[in-house]
Amino acid sequence: MSDTYTLYNQTVMDHFLNPRNMGDLDNADGVGEVGAAACGDIMKISLRVEQGRIQDARFKTFGCGSAIASSSMATELIKGRTVEEALSFTNQEVVNALGGLPPVKIHCSVLAEEAIKAALEDYLKRHPAAAKPPGGP
Amino acid sequence: MRVYLDHLATTPVLPEVFEAMKPYFTEAFGNPSSLHQHGLRVRDALAEARRRIAALINAESPEEIFFTSCGTEAANLAVKGVAYANQRRGNHLVVSATEHPSVLSSVEFLEKQGFTCTRVGVDAEGWVDPEAVRAALTDQTILVAVHHANHDIGTIQSINEIGRITGERGIAFFVDATTSGGWLPIDVQAMGANLLSLSPHRFYGPKGAGVLYRNRRARLVSVLHGGVQENGRRAGTENVPAIVGSGVAAEAARVELPQRIAHTGRLQRRLWTALRERIPYIQLNGPEPGPRRISTSLNLSTEFIEGEGQLLLCDLNGIAVASGSSCVSKSLKISHVLAAIGLDHALAQGNLILSLGKDNTDTEVDYVVETFAGIVAKLRGMSPMWDEFQRGIIDSVINPTGRGRSFAEHAAAVSGKGAG
Repeated sequence: MSDTYTLYNQTVMDHFLNPRNMGDLDNADGVGEVGAAACGDIMKISLRVEQGRIQDARFKTFGCGSAIASSSMATELIKGRTVEEALSFTNQEVVNALGGLPPVKIHCSVLAEEAIKAALEDYLKRHPAAAKPPGGP
Repeated sequence: MRVYLDHLATTPVLPEVFEAMKPYFTEAFGNPSSLHQHGLRVRDALAEARRRIAALINAESPEEIFFTSCGTEAANLAVKGVAYANQRRGNHLVVSATEHPSVLSSVEFLEKQGFTCTRVGVDAEGWVDPEAVRAALTDQTILVAVHHANHDIGTIQSINEIGRITGERGIAFFVDATTSGGWLPIDVQAMGANLLSLSPHRFYGPKGAGVLYRNRRARLVSVLHGGVQENGRRAGTENVPAIVGSGVAAEAARVELPQRIAHTGRLQRRLWTALRERIPYIQLNGPEPGPRRISTSLNLSTEFIEGEGQLLLCDLNGIAVASGSSCVSKSLKISHVLAAIGLDHALAQGNLILSLGKDNTDTEVDYVVETFAGIVAKLRGMSPMWDEFQRGIIDSVINPTGRGRSFAEHAAAVSGKGAG
């Protein structure tokens, strides 16, 4: 690839060409699907949660190279976090982990954050007990 | 394998074009405005280039050929130059909705200065009805601008009919032929064109030169002010090597035109026929290959996947293509041509533009079909839309099954706003 020019940096290209965690989860505990009004991209994230911790995450994305890379990276970052930690996940973590995105593509990382939040909301709706603050009745 | 399928963006210069240009960088470096030997020598070279361009488009006289820096400058000169020259006569312009941005943006600029414009819509294949142009004319109309072939979807316009209408009314008619120049026969007299632009780098000439044809029936003022180069219509020292190269490219195009049309037309059919057989839920935008479509272009929409990903994977497999998807544009908007033909947003998102040239081969076309089929399968495997289509949650636009809601409804539901 040394004599190849690329539209995105190496990390983004790697996650686009070799996406991590691509697919769906059978019997997922939470699923979020969101669309970007700006460009029309659509992202879907499925989560498996055990004892309040995200054990597995999968994505499917209809979108450009940076949208696919953003969802790939987001699922990598979110795995192993507790639901509470994951609720404060931000798109900036995705941008940083990818080594930056072109300004016009930052919204792709926002879409990844929104997809994760939507999947977490779905999980909390299905598991109301998990939404109770720790130490509560 | 490396396959270049972006000839609508630009082409390589012909070897004879490059050879012809070389002396004008070194020993024949003179400024054509100079009165000594150096200047007089290159003046002759410019005159020869003008004759060759005039011959390509059947202009009455080489004096009707003006050189600019590019096709965009030629369009700016035509639109603004005619508007300013005729502003005492009227202030109304008529253009098609699918003109190149160099025309549409020039018109927007003029609108801020008090000119008005009617943008004539197109049908689902991008065709401008000459009668719709006639209906748009007012007693204030001073310019009609319609492109010869569309830069995006390849539609060939009924230029001769429009030229008859503008001719009857004595209104200046500008034809943007930057997509068709070197690829379709052009006869400015039969077209009834008063102005016509060419972009030589799209037909194996160099970048850095554009052409504006203008006959005496269209008044034109300069928009670039300075010296009296190009008969006072375009100030600035001429880009002599590029102009010489453009002349050689025009001569080659004139001689080779029938073979170029036949060759690219055959490959166009081969490519589209194979893609349609190989890939489900794919459609061609613009007219079918044939007399209503330029032989070089295929504008495709592949459903359930997005265009930039297709473009990137094509590129990494050696195939150079373009896309009109919103993800490819800096403005995040789909191509204005795809919007004008009323293409569903989902299909516009999956857009890819393949443009053939004289040196593409059957082997290359077959490689593109095989490779692209694999790319579509890979991206559909990643797409939630493909999965949801399989499960009957959303329906196909290209081949509706009657199950599930539309992509647009689905996108609106998950984003909370309408897509696009």
